[in-house]
Formats: sequence, structure tokens, C-alpha cells
Amino acid sequence: MQKHFRFCKTSMYSKKKAIAMLLAGGQGSRLYALTNKIAKPGVSFGAKYRIIDFTLSNCINSNIDTVGVLTQYQPLFLNDYIGNGQPWDLDRLFGGVHILPPYQAKDKTDWYKGTANAIFQNIGFIENYNCDYVVILSGDHIYKMDYSDMIEYHISKKADCTIAVIEVPIKEASRFGIMNTDEHDRIVDFEEKPKKPKSNKASMGIYVFSTKMLFQYLRSDDEDPSSSNDFGKNIIPSMLKNGCVMIAYPFRGYWKDVGTLESLWEANMDLIGDNPVFDIMDSNWKISSRNFGDYPQFIGQNAEIKNSLITGGVEVEGTVINSLISSGVKIAKGAFVKDSVIFSDCEIMENAKVEYSIIDENVRVSENSVVGASKETAKNITLIGRGVFLMEDSKVEPGAIIEKDIIKGGC
Amino acid sequence: MGAAGIIFSNVHETALSELTRGRTMASVPFAGRYRLIDFALSNLVNSGVSTVGIITKRNYQSLMDHVGSGKDWDLSRKNGGLIIFPPFGQEANDSLYVSRLAGLKGIMSFLAKAKADQFILMDSNFACNIDLSKVVAFHEEKKADVTIVYKEGCVEKNMQHNMSLTVDDTGRITDASVMSVASKCLKYSTNIWVINKSLLYELVSGAIAVNQTSFERDLILANVHSLGMYGYLFDGSYFHFASMKEYFENNMKVLDPKVREELFKQKGRLIYTKVRDSAPTKYGQNAKVINSFIADGCIIEGRVENSILFRGVKVDKNTVVRNSILMQDTITGENVTLDHVITDKNVVIRDRNHLSGAKSHPFFISKGIMI
Repeated sequence: MQKHFRFCKTSMYSKKKAIAMLLAGGQGSRLYALTNKIAKPGVSFGAKYRIIDFTLSNCINSNIDTVGVLTQYQPLFLNDYIGNGQPWDLDRLFGGVHILPPYQAKDKTDWYKGTANAIFQNIGFIENYNCDYVVILSGDHIYKMDYSDMIEYHISKKADCTIAVIEVPIKEASRFGIMNTDEHDRIVDFEEKPKKPKSNKASMGIYVFSTKMLFQYLRSDDEDPSSSNDFGKNIIPSMLKNGCVMIAYPFRGYWKDVGTLESLWEANMDLIGDNPVFDIMDSNWKISSRNFGDYPQFIGQNAEIKNSLITGGVEVEGTVINSLISSGVKIAKGAFVKDSVIFSDCEIMENAKVEYSIIDENVRVSENSVVGASKETAKNITLIGRGVFLMEDSKVEPGAIIEKDIIKGGC
Repeated sequence: MGAAGIIFSNVHETALSELTRGRTMASVPFAGRYRLIDFALSNLVNSGVSTVGIITKRNYQSLMDHVGSGKDWDLSRKNGGLIIFPPFGQEANDSLYVSRLAGLKGIMSFLAKAKADQFILMDSNFACNIDLSKVVAFHEEKKADVTIVYKEGCVEKNMQHNMSLTVDDTGRITDASVMSVASKCLKYSTNIWVINKSLLYELVSGAIAVNQTSFERDLILANVHSLGMYGYLFDGSYFHFASMKEYFENNMKVLDPKVREELFKQKGRLIYTKVRDSAPTKYGQNAKVINSFIADGCIIEGRVENSILFRGVKVDKNTVVRNSILMQDTITGENVTLDHVITDKNVVIRDRNHLSGAKSHPFFISKGIMI
């Protein structure tokens, strides 16, 4: 068994009760062009946030001040964005946020082969804090959750592993990992994407492990060459098989996996409306994000804004309905934006029309262009990739994914 | 080595007495999400200054709360960074000092030890976006002892806190006087001064020895002919706050795209402020907003015209806000109308109130008042 080195200086500090390990290395290929250059947790959300802001803010709001962020796919943006963790109050003398990329070791060098392997390779990091519990999180969900309640639940149930579950409509249950539990919330059976689900308790991909047990299973998993080193596929089933105390922690509240364009769009729309499904204005559970010195938004003489969420540095002269507008966006006179999500620094020029679309950063939709079609008639969301230039009078068909400039003719 | 900054946070507060009742001039809110000191701090930081001392006298809790460790301006540093100087009781009777000079007397050790070639001194009763590195380069090129940043134009009576200058073709200041006359066109000081470090120390020590009290009169005016004093012309927007009327007008000027361009859209010269983690602003189904400057964290269900809304303002249904400035966390109920109103922080205006002021005398509602 590999023996891990504990850094002597930090051992002088008191131990941490729990630390979080945030899996942020996935590509998120079903977000298509949005994740060409950045990993899914770095994708913009809710006009001024990035997806990872929600998990990081949950950590600090749950009094977890030590977070390892495991990166692998396109880490540049995340490294830069998270920085020293100051925007989330995660710049700490002992603890704080740490980016953990795959690394070269003396005897073994590997990419993160799976979620479990990513944590396995960072056992040294976890040992350093001498914590009793490890919270495993993924950086691609939108929700507000107090992890400290879940940890207390884990302790009270004397669990080896606690898995947060949310009740989903039974007809959608086959898209999730489903937990079958007894009357004491003890998990008796786990099925990954079952054809005939026996319950509607879906795993949220949030685990609390007692550290010793986690290490034990990670190490034996690493020794099994047939394992795909994944929590859902390997660690959880093998703990169940061996009779570990596995508890389902019922979560009631808003939770959304934003893994597809549709779910990303829906989650954005969940923030608006008279009684939004997800309350982002909640001052008791603030979501923090990195700020870039944006001045207040300017709303012009001819602007028409209904049911929308707009942030700093935006200038609106046109019409915005049911949309989310990120920082630095310009919406010119006569432009019309409806049912859309527009990421930072885009320009929607005069008389351009954008409907039922997601537009990535730094896109220019030139005069009189038409992107997408009304939500009622379009089958799919239209996506314009980062930095794309659409010349005057461009027409982008509903449902199209545009990654290259349109400099002449339609598409 | 570069320059270090010194900001006078409690100057000319009587000019905005309503707004400075519980805060310093430096922490007067401006333009939707800023405090006046944000402009001074950002200008310094954007020009490469990483040591800034803030001289305080009274009511400086709100200022300390606002600047914190200085991290939002990148001034939380191991060496230098943001230093707040509370009043230093060096007088026999321990009274609070009354002038900039007395404030400088209290920070002699900083004047001696700061790692800098020059000090950039500035008041905090104005807002502008200026590249101070150009001023320092000008100062060095002219081998000046003192450089005063000035503007050229026609001023009103209320600029009495700024000196008027006579500047020759080489930029040398040949004469200066304290402005006391009404409306005229001239060159006037912006109250941004660059002074060589050792010289400032000498001048202040000398002034202490002979019990002088005025920075402008005893240090600047008295030495116009004996020191190499130069004027640097700043031709950008400069907002000076000498009355509530001007306060109101200056806020409204940010609705002009040219002004926004000059103040907020200079590449590499962003204006920073305290981060509050407000959510984006939410516009309701019946919102109608035109020609307004709106910070994050607002919830707008009613109508807003020609107004400035600070962070966390709520405008409820069927409410009309016109020509008004609503500061942080002002809440209006339903069926309210406001015209030419300034609300300070945390004001609550309940349902069916109709309040209005005049353009020259906006109706001001103090912090925390509920109507």
C-alpha cells in the first residue's frame, strides 16, 4: 500500500472536520460549442455566474473552508477564475481552495482515469487536513444545499457513506442513478440508469464519506485492474456488496444537472418569472462570483425589458424579453432578444433578432441578422459559439450550432 | 520606485452636509454602485501606485467598512497597500485637526518611510478617471517640485475650495490664488497634487515648526515662486461635489454616453468598488425602464425613468420613479411616485406615497427613514 507523506508544517494546525473535493475535470460534451475551450463548470450561468460558483458558494455557506478542485479538461479558465479563492472567501491560512490537476509522480504518472481515481490520486491532499469526512461534489449542478446538514445526518446515522438523493418523476428516473432504500433511508440497492426503476430517488452525485472508509475503498479500487475507477460504477456498488452502512440523504429543493443545452437553458429560465423556481436573490444564501469591475447597467430611451435578469456593464437600447444578459453585452436600438441566454461581451446590433438561443461570449450578431426562431415554432435551441462573428443580414436556422464566423450569405 | 498616494477623506464635508452626516466625503455614494473614494483609489491603482494612505478625521466607520483591507482595489499588500490613518492626537489639547496640513503632520513617519519618489495627494470630493502615471511622467520630465493637475473652464461660485492658477507656456505655474469670486473662466486646481517625497516631508516639518495650518495657503501658495511648480492640464470629465444640486446633476450626467465612456470605459482604467455579491437585477413582467443607470441586485416591477438606482433597490408594482437617485437597499412600495427625490441608504417608502422635489432642490430622505 502506498504510504502518503503528510506535510509537517500544516500538521501543527488543528484538523478539519470535513473538506470538499469538487470534480471539475469533465468536458461536458453535450454542451457542444460551449465547452470547446472551457470545462463545463466554467460555463456562464444566470447572467453573472459560472456553474461552479454554486458549488463553491454552497461550500463556504456550509462552513466548509477547504476545497480541492480536480481539473483535467481545459483547466486554464478554471485556474484563472478560481485563483486564490478570494471571491468565495476561500483564501485561507490553512485550507482554502486548491486546484488539483493530474500530476507526475515518481513511480506512476496518469491522467485522472475516473472520478474515483481522481480522488485516489489526491489522497495526500486529503490526509494533509486530517479530516473525518470528505464531501465529494461535482461542479456542474445548480442548487443551494447546506452540506453541514448532510454531514450531521451522516454522523447521526453512523454511516460509512451518505449519498444525497432527490425525488424525480418516475418516468424520468431511468436517466439517473437510482437508490432503493429501506424505511431508515439505508440504501439496499443501487442501479445506474435502470430500465425499470424501482424507486424515484435519484443520486445527486453528492457523497459524504467517512475518510478512513473512503481511503480503504479507493485503494482497493486502484488495485483492481478491471475497475473503471468511478464512484457510481465501482466504489458505491462494492461498498454496498460488502455491507457498508450506506445512507440516502433526502434533499428537497431545487437541483438541476445542466449537462445539456436544454437543461442549461431551462435552469437559466428558472431564475426569472414572478415566483422563480430558483431564488437567486436570497440574501441568506448568497452566491458569490468573481467580479470584473463592471459599471452599472444602462437602460436607454427606447429600451423595453420584461421578465429578465441583467447584470453590470450591459447597455440596452432594444427589446429584451424572458432573457438573461451577462456583463458587457450591448443590445442596440431595434434589436429584439427573447427567450435567450446571452453570455458576456456580446453585441446584438441594430434590428437583429435573437430568439430561443444561447449565445456564448464575445459574439457579434450584426445588423438585421436573425438567430433562431420563436420558442413556439423552433424545435431546438440555437447555439452560437464563442467569439463568432455574424455579418449583416445573417440568418441562423433554429437549432443550428454555429462555431465559425458567417461572413457571407446565410447558413 | 514610483509614487505613493495620500487621500484626504474628510474634506469640504459641509458642502454635502446631508450626505456626510454619518459618513466621510470619501464614502459619499455616487453613480449607482460607487463611493467617491473609489475614483481616487482606482485612479491611483490603475496608474501603478500600490501604497495608498487615507487620512481620516471623523465619521470614518462607513469608509473603513467600504475599503476593508483594500483587496477590492488590489491594495491588500504585504508591502504598502492600503493604510488608513485614524486621527493622531498630537496636539496638546488632543483636538481633531482642522486642515489637510494638520492631517499630514499626523503621518510624518509615513511621509518619511514610504517607499516612493513622489506622493500623489488628492481630495475626495470629486470623481474623474485620470491616468496619473502621465502626470507623474510630466512631473519627472519637468523636474518639478510640485505638479498640480488643473482644468480649464468656466466655474461657478461653488468652486471656492479649488485654487485658480496662472500657467505659462512651459507649464510652469507663475501665480496662484484662492478662488473666491463668482463665475468666471480660468484655470483651476483639481486638488490633485504631485510632490516629491523629501520635499513634502521638509515642507510639513517646516510648517510644524512655525505653527502653520493650511496646506494650500502655507505650503502651495507661499511657495509658488520659490519652488518649481508646474501645472498638468486634465481635459477629461471632472465631477466636483460642492452642493446637493451639483450632487444631483453629477449623478444624472452618467446617463450621457460620453460621460460613461470617459468615467467607466477606459481600457485598463476600470473603476473598482467594494464587491457585494449582489445577484443580477431582475426586471418583472410589468417593468418599464428608460434612460436609467441601474446597479445589480435591484428588483424592478414598476416604472423607472431618468434615474440612478444603487444596489439592492426595489421598485414595486405601479410605482413610478422619475429623475431620482435611490441609494443602496431603498425599498418602495406599490403605487408610489417619486420625482426629483434622493433617498439615502435603507430608506423605505411605503405604498401610495407621492414625493417630489425640484430640480434645483431635490427632496432628500436620510438614511434609514421610513415614510
